[in-house]
Amino acid sequence: MPNGVPTKITQGSRTKGGIGESTLRPDGILKVTGEFAYSSDMWHEDMLWGQILRSTVAHAEIVSIDTGEALATPGVYAVMTYDDLPTEVKNYGLEIQDTPVLAHGKVRHHGEPVAIVAADHPETARRAAARIRVEYRELPVITDEASATAPEAPLVHENRTDHHIGHVPHPNIVHRQPIVRGDVAEARGRADVIVRGEYHFGMQDQAFLGPESGLAVPAEDGGVDLYVATQWLHSDLRQIAPVLGLPPEKVRMTLSGVGGAFGGREDLSMQIHACLLALRTGKPVKIVYNRFESFFGHVHRHPAKLYYEHGATREGKLTHVKCRIVLDGGAYASASPAVVGNASSLGVGPYVVDDVDIEAVALYTNNPPCGAMRGFGAVQACFAYEAQMDKVAKELGMDPVEFRQLNAMEQGTLMPTGQPVDSPAPVAELLRRVKAMPMPPERQWESSEGPDVRQLPGGLSNTTHGEGVVRGVGYAVGIKNVGFSEGFDDYSTAKVRMEVIAGEPVATVHTAMAEVGQGGVTVHAQIARTELGVGRVTIQPADTQVGSAGSTSASRQTYLTGGAVKHACELVREEVLDKGRRKFGSYHPAWATAELLLERGKVVTDAGEVLADLVDVLGDEAVELEREWRHRPTEPFDLRTGQGNGHVQYSFAAHRAVVEVDTELGLVKVVELACAQDVGKALNPLSVAGQIQGGTTQGLGIAVMEEIVVDPRTAKVKNPSFTDYLIPTILDTPTIPVDVLELADINAPYGLRGIGEAPTLSSTPAVLAAIRDATGLELNRTPVRPEHLTGT
Amino acid sequence: MRVNFTVNGRPQEADDVWEGESLLYVLRERLGLPGSKNACEQGECGSCTVRLDGLPVCSCLVAAGQVEGREVVTVEGLADHAGQRACGSDAGGTSLDEAKQWQAEGADSQAGEGVELSPIQQAFIDAGAVQCGFCTPGLLVAADEMLEHNPDPSDADIREALSGNLCRCTGYEKIMDAVRLAAARQSEGV
Repeated sequence: MPNGVPTKITQGSRTKGGIGESTLRPDGILKVTGEFAYSSDMWHEDMLWGQILRSTVAHAEIVSIDTGEALATPGVYAVMTYDDLPTEVKNYGLEIQDTPVLAHGKVRHHGEPVAIVAADHPETARRAAARIRVEYRELPVITDEASATAPEAPLVHENRTDHHIGHVPHPNIVHRQPIVRGDVAEARGRADVIVRGEYHFGMQDQAFLGPESGLAVPAEDGGVDLYVATQWLHSDLRQIAPVLGLPPEKVRMTLSGVGGAFGGREDLSMQIHACLLALRTGKPVKIVYNRFESFFGHVHRHPAKLYYEHGATREGKLTHVKCRIVLDGGAYASASPAVVGNASSLGVGPYVVDDVDIEAVALYTNNPPCGAMRGFGAVQACFAYEAQMDKVAKELGMDPVEFRQLNAMEQGTLMPTGQPVDSPAPVAELLRRVKAMPMPPERQWESSEGPDVRQLPGGLSNTTHGEGVVRGVGYAVGIKNVGFSEGFDDYSTAKVRMEVIAGEPVATVHTAMAEVGQGGVTVHAQIARTELGVGRVTIQPADTQVGSAGSTSASRQTYLTGGAVKHACELVREEVLDKGRRKFGSYHPAWATAELLLERGKVVTDAGEVLADLVDVLGDEAVELEREWRHRPTEPFDLRTGQGNGHVQYSFAAHRAVVEVDTELGLVKVVELACAQDVGKALNPLSVAGQIQGGTTQGLGIAVMEEIVVDPRTAKVKNPSFTDYLIPTILDTPTIPVDVLELADINAPYGLRGIGEAPTLSSTPAVLAAIRDATGLELNRTPVRPEHLTGT
Repeated sequence: MRVNFTVNGRPQEADDVWEGESLLYVLRERLGLPGSKNACEQGECGSCTVRLDGLPVCSCLVAAGQVEGREVVTVEGLADHAGQRACGSDAGGTSLDEAKQWQAEGADSQAGEGVELSPIQQAFIDAGAVQCGFCTPGLLVAADEMLEHNPDPSDADIREALSGNLCRCTGYEKIMDAVRLAAARQSEGV
């Protein structure tokens, strides 16, 4: 049986709409009526439209830029290049400030911003941008590890001064993290089987549907008000203000509606450009990328080459893992260092392995910049180590699920970093559960009226009626860290106010949390109801007038900002109870002696006796406070050994994939993709299922269709559109049954576990395993394309 | 140029329209109807789906001039459109009074409360089919159109009808649930 304790909720569950219920989204009505204001819906009287001119080549010196014809275009208000930047600071970046606001003398990747234009109509702006003449002198391109570290390799960034340069073996390597524990050479001697594999993971795009967009409005004080879709307002602000030459308080940011993110909005996109044009023209400026530009306007998931060696005894116990993970970071650092930390520290997966030798690096190349995407380094590793686990099981003649269960980590297991896993780690149990789910019936496409081609590989293309179709089943499990790791001061802030409005106690929650679709706003209201016993909660729009909430990333927001809201609510509750004691304490001894709760608008004892109405306790006074809240601190990984308590919490999911493959044409139909996940505590079960199913589907995408194709000779992107970069449609996506386990992590608010990313890890290798099962092919790259299955 | 057409039952006139503008641009930027979304502007994602003389189309692929004299229904007019269909009763729709019984509970913001919704809109909220919501308007228009002529769809029918609408958040499961729910409620309402 799995370890773990059920979650204890201090406050009672008698207030309707509290945690654990599937309350509905507060923004749901606005979103179904078309009234919800996304960043691309912003409109201002007299606003101009901004347009970015991007490089048409990947690596080149800029010989000259002629903006004359663009400026002379009727309707154009401004054209700006590097020379027009207002202050000494001209670069930005998440961790390393290596990204130019506008290219300076050189471009390092295809689609790098070179100039910006503001005009009175978007088409005028586009045409004017096309009239800017840029003369390039092309340079050789660096596209992989060999070209990056060759003796004569040009440096993508010369004169690096960042804090990683001291420990990397080559200036074209952003960051390197080894993790060494035990003695692999000795352990190899104990192995009865050794399995090696080389894997290739393609470049995935977040493909959020709401394009990068926003509106910058110049203010009378010389500052700017920016309405934008992002994942972290305060991180944007920290990068925007210096290049505008403004103090942070003069850049006021408000979150607009965000049409998905998945990591792709961690880095800045149009924020600085819109502000520059607004400050230059004195007019509001709106920028909206189209889909083509969006493919160039944000970082992608790192493509990776992964080299693995696994050893095991005849009895099926892993002896060691040795691996090397090479991530292509592209032209700018973005989140590459942290992705390296994840890929290395999570590189052996959720298994007990005492002897490990891991190395992960991220390269600087002239490929598109890569950074955060859901799963963040753990996804690439999971694809490879799960393929290895199947190979070892096959070599041993063992069932792949039993082999995994035999080696599954549990609470108390040491990570390769030496960090103990100190909360439930039900890896074997999740595998058991996902395997126990009923199998989808065979030959579902058959009916009395003949085959329904919609359920067959190839679908409505009508390529098979069942002939050549083979079924396969595959399993995978993964481990993802939750929250920012490696010693980062990861905190959030919440401001909570309680007062009587129209005769009813009302709580107001104000945070800077970016609601990107995940449902954080729903959960904040649930937490406030549970902790404050009110029915009505108002969620304030997220802005920079309240402290930082940290990023909507790393499965961390319910843990961190949820935790901050809970913490602030608890302090508000104490103040309200103090108020009650002062007002009414003399009327009833229980005010002094009993444990008091707020429920259904009343102060009650833990025995349920009502002491007072919150309306009477509060009167016409409001209780309000703003507090920061942190998870327990973490440590950096040692740069030589990788040892250190680097992570906050781990999250686990397992998948079973059932596929049908048309082996003649190489077409794959995923029939079902079942998931079992431990979520600690499901604050909103409906949203939890939605996260698991959504994450699973993004994993399906990288398994069988999604890949940004970069020409290795030119480093140019070949498929920047939804015509050529395919994401799963409703026809490609199978049913996704979900089994949710709730084992509390006693360190986390309500025992919850961050859930958003884990399902994206194991989905991909499960599908790959199922396709291998159906075809008998080795398949060491993802996505799988028809030619990989047919050998043509 | 000037374009005259009907949007959600009201005559509209758009002036100074450049010949290259799409119906989507005119709706969003000239008529103050940004509910139709601009996720790809190349006819691949379905987020801009509207009804043009009853047929679902990607409004990004329709030149504004093509809609002269024609009728357009957008997500902003979906509740009225479904309501009129219900009054006509031949499509077996659900009355607005019945739809109101499914009003979302636990609304935490004053904004949007008391708004009348079509059955498919309500079902999307109830089933958890909305996350970021950017695909939602197009899906609602497409799903409503399907339910209008196919009130009892099979799962395969739903998937086929909605295959032109991309969603990146939900994995489509809750969208399937929502359409099944709307169909079930619609049939109960007969």
